[in-house]
Amino acid sequence: MAFESGRRAVAIKNVSLAEEHLADHFPGFPVMPASLLIEAMAQTSGILVGEARHFQEKVILAKVSRALFHELARPGDQLRLEAVIENLTEEAATISGTIRCENRLIGEISLMFSHIDKSQAGVEFPQENFVFNESFMSLLQFYLKDAQTGVPNP
Amino acid sequence: MTISQEEICTKVRETLVDALGVDDDEITDDATLMGDLGAESIDFLDIVFRLEKAFGIKIPREELFPPENLLNDPQYVTNGRLNESGLEKLKEQMPHVDFTEFAKDPDLNKMPDLFRVKSICDYVGNKVNAG
Repeated sequence: MAFESGRRAVAIKNVSLAEEHLADHFPGFPVMPASLLIEAMAQTSGILVGEARHFQEKVILAKVSRALFHELARPGDQLRLEAVIENLTEEAATISGTIRCENRLIGEISLMFSHIDKSQAGVEFPQENFVFNESFMSLLQFYLKDAQTGVPNP
Repeated sequence: MTISQEEICTKVRETLVDALGVDDDEITDDATLMGDLGAESIDFLDIVFRLEKAFGIKIPREELFPPENLLNDPQYVTNGRLNESGLEKLKEQMPHVDFTEFAKDPDLNKMPDLFRVKSICDYVGNKVNAG
């Protein structure tokens, strides 16, 4: 939706009744689980944090500093996830984010990410970047153009 | 501008409450971050970020909490204990910490006990009111 390198990212998540887990969460009263709201924010901000340092490091979610939910996210809702970088250093980053649906504030989430190559000196990790792999990068190139120009890809 | 040590401690407590999700009354001067307050390694970085923001200071990496490289360096560590030069080095790097107790038995496993609420207050106090 919007992407300002090193500053903020906005993403959209459409909550659909077709998502299988909603049949069980909860039977007869589908609600998007809070854990998945956090995951959605982690994905949005993970890309933001990774891109800010040109995907040099593997970015791992290290800590959910805060997660406050005010309202339920339900099928039919279009969630707008906005992540803003608060801190960005060589070994870690923190973001604060909000999830809205139209004018309703659904949740406020603060996350901390670790750049594992820098913060875990001495620990061996696979050479290849398993967080931002090739197929992810090519997808991102496609959508980034979109977000920066404001013109949707065909 | 000088800020009183009391004000600094209040702010440090608030920071720890936010960063570690603990209750205000758990944060005594002597509470150890890892043992008593349940901090993990990633929390240390979080605390540093929050202190920098709360006080508008810059905290150089590895100044408030000791560097890993020291602990993995055979020059400073013998048989799971800090040797004399290791202890000297650590004291030099962390002048805000009271080493009296630790120096009697500098077992690496006891290192976490060095990080207490009071030592953070002292560190920030020096930092804020320096110069």
